[in-house]
Amino acid sequence: MRFSEELEARFARLASQYPWKRSALIPMLLYAQDEVGYITDEVVSDIAHRLELSELDVRNVISYYSLLRTKPAGKYVVQVCTNISCLLLGADELFEHCKHRLGVGHTQVTPDGRFSLEEVECIGACSWAPAIQVNYDFHLDVTPEKMDKVLDQYATKAQA
Amino acid sequence: MKTILTPTPLVSHPDEVRIVSKRFGQGATSIDRYIELDGYKAARKALEMQPEDIINEVKVSALRGRGGAGFPTGMKWSFIPKQSDADKYILVNGDESEPATCKDRLIVEYDPHSVIEGTIIAGLAVGAKLGFIYLRGEYRYLLEIVERAVADAYAKGFLGKNIFGSNREFNIITQTGAGAYEVGEESALMESLEGKRGLPRLKPPFPAIKGLYGGPTVINNVETIASIPPIIINGGKWFASFGPEKNGGARLTCLSGHFNKPGVYELPLGYPAKKLIYDVGGGIPKGRSLKAMVPGGSSTFLLTREEAESASMDYDWFAKRGEFLGSGGVVAIDDQTCMVRMALCIMKFYQHESCGWCIPCREGTDWLKKTLMRFHAGGGMEKDIDQMLYLAENMAGRTFCALGDAAAFPTISIVKKWRDDFEMHLDGKPCPFEKKGARERDLAVV
Amino acid sequence: MADVNITVDGKKVSAPAGTLLIEACKSAGIEVPAFCYYPGLSVQGACRMCLVRIEKMPKLQTACTVPVAEGMVVTTNSEEIVQARKATVEILLGNHPLDCPVCDAGGECELQDMTFRYGAAESKYMEAKQHREEQQWSPVVYFDRPRCILCYRCVRVCGEGMDVWALGVQNRGVTSIIAPNKQDHLECEECGMCIDICPVGALTSGAYRYKTRPWEMNHVGTICTHCGDGCKTTLGVRRSKGGMEIVRGDNRDKSGINGDFLCIKGRYGFDFSHHEDRLTQPLVRQDGKLTPVSWEQALAHVADRLKQVRDAQGGSAIGVIGSNRTTNEENYLLQKFARSVLGTNNIDHHRTADYPAFAKAIAGKQNATATLRETMTAPAVLLIGNDPTEQHPLLAWNLRTNHRVHNGRLYIVNSREIKLRRQARAFAHVPEAGGESAMVRYLAGEENYASQIETAGFNRDAMRSFRDAVKAEQGLVIIFGSELRGDDVQALVRFGAGIGAKFVCLGDYANSRGAADMGLYPDLLPGYTDLARGSGFAQEYGSVPQQPGMDIVSMFAAAQSGRLGALYVVGSNPVARYNIDPAALKNTFVVVQDMFLTETATTAEVVLPAANAYEKSGSFTNTFGDLQLLKKAGDLAGVRSDFELIVRIADRMGADIRKLVPFGKGVRADMGQSRGAQSGEADRHMVWLSAHNLEPKLSPFDPEALLDEIERLVPGYNFSRLKLFAGHEAHTFAPEHSSVGQPSAPETIVPANDTLFTSGTLGRYSNAMNSVIENRRAPEEIPAD
Ligand SMILES: Cc1cc2nc3c(=O)[nH]c(=O)nc-3n(C[C@H](O)[C@H](O)[C@H](O)COP(=O)(O)O)c2cc1C
Ligand code: SF4
Ligand code: FES
Repeated sequence: MRFSEELEARFARLASQYPWKRSALIPMLLYAQDEVGYITDEVVSDIAHRLELSELDVRNVISYYSLLRTKPAGKYVVQVCTNISCLLLGADELFEHCKHRLGVGHTQVTPDGRFSLEEVECIGACSWAPAIQVNYDFHLDVTPEKMDKVLDQYATKAQA
Repeated sequence: MKTILTPTPLVSHPDEVRIVSKRFGQGATSIDRYIELDGYKAARKALEMQPEDIINEVKVSALRGRGGAGFPTGMKWSFIPKQSDADKYILVNGDESEPATCKDRLIVEYDPHSVIEGTIIAGLAVGAKLGFIYLRGEYRYLLEIVERAVADAYAKGFLGKNIFGSNREFNIITQTGAGAYEVGEESALMESLEGKRGLPRLKPPFPAIKGLYGGPTVINNVETIASIPPIIINGGKWFASFGPEKNGGARLTCLSGHFNKPGVYELPLGYPAKKLIYDVGGGIPKGRSLKAMVPGGSSTFLLTREEAESASMDYDWFAKRGEFLGSGGVVAIDDQTCMVRMALCIMKFYQHESCGWCIPCREGTDWLKKTLMRFHAGGGMEKDIDQMLYLAENMAGRTFCALGDAAAFPTISIVKKWRDDFEMHLDGKPCPFEKKGARERDLAVV
Repeated sequence: MADVNITVDGKKVSAPAGTLLIEACKSAGIEVPAFCYYPGLSVQGACRMCLVRIEKMPKLQTACTVPVAEGMVVTTNSEEIVQARKATVEILLGNHPLDCPVCDAGGECELQDMTFRYGAAESKYMEAKQHREEQQWSPVVYFDRPRCILCYRCVRVCGEGMDVWALGVQNRGVTSIIAPNKQDHLECEECGMCIDICPVGALTSGAYRYKTRPWEMNHVGTICTHCGDGCKTTLGVRRSKGGMEIVRGDNRDKSGINGDFLCIKGRYGFDFSHHEDRLTQPLVRQDGKLTPVSWEQALAHVADRLKQVRDAQGGSAIGVIGSNRTTNEENYLLQKFARSVLGTNNIDHHRTADYPAFAKAIAGKQNATATLRETMTAPAVLLIGNDPTEQHPLLAWNLRTNHRVHNGRLYIVNSREIKLRRQARAFAHVPEAGGESAMVRYLAGEENYASQIETAGFNRDAMRSFRDAVKAEQGLVIIFGSELRGDDVQALVRFGAGIGAKFVCLGDYANSRGAADMGLYPDLLPGYTDLARGSGFAQEYGSVPQQPGMDIVSMFAAAQSGRLGALYVVGSNPVARYNIDPAALKNTFVVVQDMFLTETATTAEVVLPAANAYEKSGSFTNTFGDLQLLKKAGDLAGVRSDFELIVRIADRMGADIRKLVPFGKGVRADMGQSRGAQSGEADRHMVWLSAHNLEPKLSPFDPEALLDEIERLVPGYNFSRLKLFAGHEAHTFAPEHSSVGQPSAPETIVPANDTLFTSGTLGRYSNAMNSVIENRRAPEEIPAD
């Protein structure tokens, strides 16, 4: 499997920087996912091969971490935190709002493939609750109105 | 993937002691600016010091781990054997996943070099040549910040084969995890860094003897590490003077939930919780009163209003009660909140985050979560209340790592202290705290 | 290591430093319950059942993770502990299905036992249980997720024990699940160790599941009939229409030479036993067709014709081919029958190793052969040729365990990149065809062979350091395969003896070594005894022809040229093995005793349906020389043991059966009258029996009568009866005595080249093994961990 040149270069760096090669596994999976969209079987066997691991071993690791996915997701993954601090400030309503707005539920992808929705645990933005993450971007102190604006922004970006 | 960076909001309060947060909002992500603000002085000074003297300074400072357990940092460093065949490592724990805790992100966002500098000093103290800064996977934007800072430090010769022209070597590798609370536990963190599932390791051997890649390893929280440079510059005594005995310095306290003025404040240890709630935090919004307080992340025993108003925010006040100060995440919960729902929210988290290794935690959290869901939805029975307590008490102290305890402690305190809330849900009654018309949202089964 | 003293429940216990508390308790007879702990596998501390109270420790501790420390005071049984364990079982049972009545493990389940013991019977769980459909991971392995308690034993035994790593843990938390790659199929050696080690009914065997309840079976511990390692397999048998059907093979009490281990063959490869093609009636060729006849008719026909050929053309016109899978007693009886009744030395078998050359090389040395058990504990092992992972799975297990648990050093010489190299300290990858033999010469100091083994990956320096390292080893065990024959074996022994090594010669089938030891050679008597020096046997047997007979290849040549009047084949398929044109046998009277109509049997005039090793008693000698007893487990109406058949044929030929099988009393003379010129000829067997406090055997069909004779007459078979009859193995030393004869015909050696999933003719009739082969996708090789 051939990744973009930038990623190949990153992989080369990752594979050589650690005392044990295997340490590169999780970063590699993350970056591959960023590029491919999700971790395909092909990505699994490619990375397993690079790091001299069995595919099973790689799958065991993937399935442990909640940010790694083996199924396609939307272009923008809307992650609504419903842990304690956010919950106290209306995260439940926010999540409901997203469900209605996007027309999908937890871990589902919108038919146009632009968004997927996830209810997630604490994302470390508690003092600015309720908070959400869209892909790796944080949005703090979110209200339903602000949510709509944020989603609009991404929808426009997805079109471009 | 480029991340949009909107700076995380900062707050301030006159009672704050700015040790770790002194450069917040001052452009210190730039290495030149950091140097202007006294940056890398401590590292240069440490290079002139004997390793024992560095450790000693940290011991004198009474700095205790900011990751949650509050273990004296100097003592931890002193456990690293002087001689070792295996390479030694410094591992900076930026996994920050304890619910209600959001302080390490500010340090990395606003002052990444302080973490780098602290790591270098830790390396000098114990004889390690390689350090790792491991951030939680969700903090990709911070990785970009700290990666750039590390590159700048290399460019200046502060990292590499010959740091500060001293002929000594120190390197730093940065990376993120991929979404797993348990990986914040130190041994699981090492597993994760080695490219494995984030399962905790059997202890002993402790990391100080056999840690990352089999070598002696110091693991410290980001805030702990960022506290090191000021200690080296100003001396351990200076640092110790901010808090009560054996509780040196100040800590970034994250106020969240029902506070009028939430935010992250750096307050001296031993700060009175009452002032914290009503002065720093501005009290409870909407004229409501405090019902419960989470003192330091969701793994701690919750306090009732009375308890909270008499608490002192230091390790020992809590330890004396058999409870924990925790990780700096303080949550105010107002009197219109359902404690059953809180217990459920907390348990849902631990059920989701349990690594699954040991029986009591894996099965216990799931059982409790399901019971709480049913209970909160109106399907509760009298005997469930005691059974939940029974389950939690039989998890506590019996699990492989402390996550099981973390799940059990808040549950035990909630069931014991707010039993009324449970009883109000009996006989199929709807949750008395749900807002009118708000429908019971079915929780995603995750 | 020094012993450490601790107190457990008031009892003083001492154990070597480093011993885990749970083991120390066990050694003192105090059982600490455990799900995840398993001796020899890595420590997990995951199930939390083994909680104990250790004085001065704040929390209960897991006995499986804590090593003993001087002065430790431990309580394993108090209200607090019982309560904690009960709670653990309760918490575990919450989400566990209560389908015990239909679960394969019902009655053999550790979770059931714990629930019973701790009285956690009340079902407190009210939530919906998680359900998942059971999965078939391979023809022989099924997985029932909800029953899994995540003790990780299967994962560890597969990875650490087998070095296969086919199982892992997917997901986390309560959704954790044991899974193979892609969660649906196993890429593995199908050993079934995961099933065996599973404390509950989560992993079940495709061969056994839902067939019966454990208490409806009889459990018979006998010896596996497949490879030359001799694992104990416990066969679960149940009454069936045709007798006793074997429904399960496993490792029930772990009391065998193999401890925890069994491979696919020992575990599932019993099913040839009730294959529908089994012969259950004697067949005689009538009008060119093999036709069922009565036993009377068949036996009479065989005896008449053999007698006829012998009397008309002499014994040298008869050939006898024995078996690698029949018992020692049968092999011994067969050669005795050939030599004393048929009057011929034309006896041989399908040779898979050069045991005669081995015997010649170590003749006269003492304690020069290693036992199988020693391969697990020897400080160092040199393995030359062979691929134990495929051909000697138990040996491979032992070598891996030695490496993992005892830090044994393994050196490997092989022309193929065999899997065990992952455990090797040094691997000499020699060129194909002759590489092993050249390396042996090099090891023995013949420097000029260096050029023959030198490759890019194995240069002179590597060679030298390999040799230096091996030479520096003390307590080395040298194990070699059929790549080495004749002079190479001599050279190897010369080298090894110089550094005090012990040896193992690897042969391929369950009783290849027994066939060799029992004298199935045209030029060697039992115990590799030189024909010329076998007067003892001649005296006992009445007579033994003095001329060496024909080897197996010569016999077929003689048949081709019309010089072989009769051929008696017992449990062997030489026509297929040696690629014989059946036409070569058209003028020879061929009798075959077998289970199936093999290529050889189809050429026969008479075919006698024989019982297999699971259907009879007797003994096997594994390729290490360890002697073990078989116990009759299965039973099939219509078949007879080869032992019985030989006796019956001899009887019908008019032979004196008492001479052939020493049974009954007072055979040839009275006891004790062996003094003086007038004395009668003493019955040596009776004298020996009484001197050894043994009873005479009462039936001519009792193989033990011949075991007695073997012990008495075969050099090196002075085994420990106590060990043998207590169900253990007893090491024998047939190759090590001084009157060993000259080896010959190494060219007739044909390695079986069996893999894990084939087993000569037997394998062809094992549906379990064949289904695995059909199902197979090539496993990827992964680097050692
Ligand atoms: C379940 C669990 C999660 C933890 N998560 C974190 C974390 O996210 N960040 C952290 O610094 N420490 C965390 N810890 C504490 C670490 O194990 C460890 O004590 C700490 O990193 C040591 O650093 P310190 O001495 O500087 O506090 C966690 C502990 C447990 C048991
Ligand atoms: S307590 Fe047990 S299951 Fe829970 S996280 Fe720790 S080891 Fe894993
Ligand atoms: S046997 Fe000790 S925890 Fe499982």
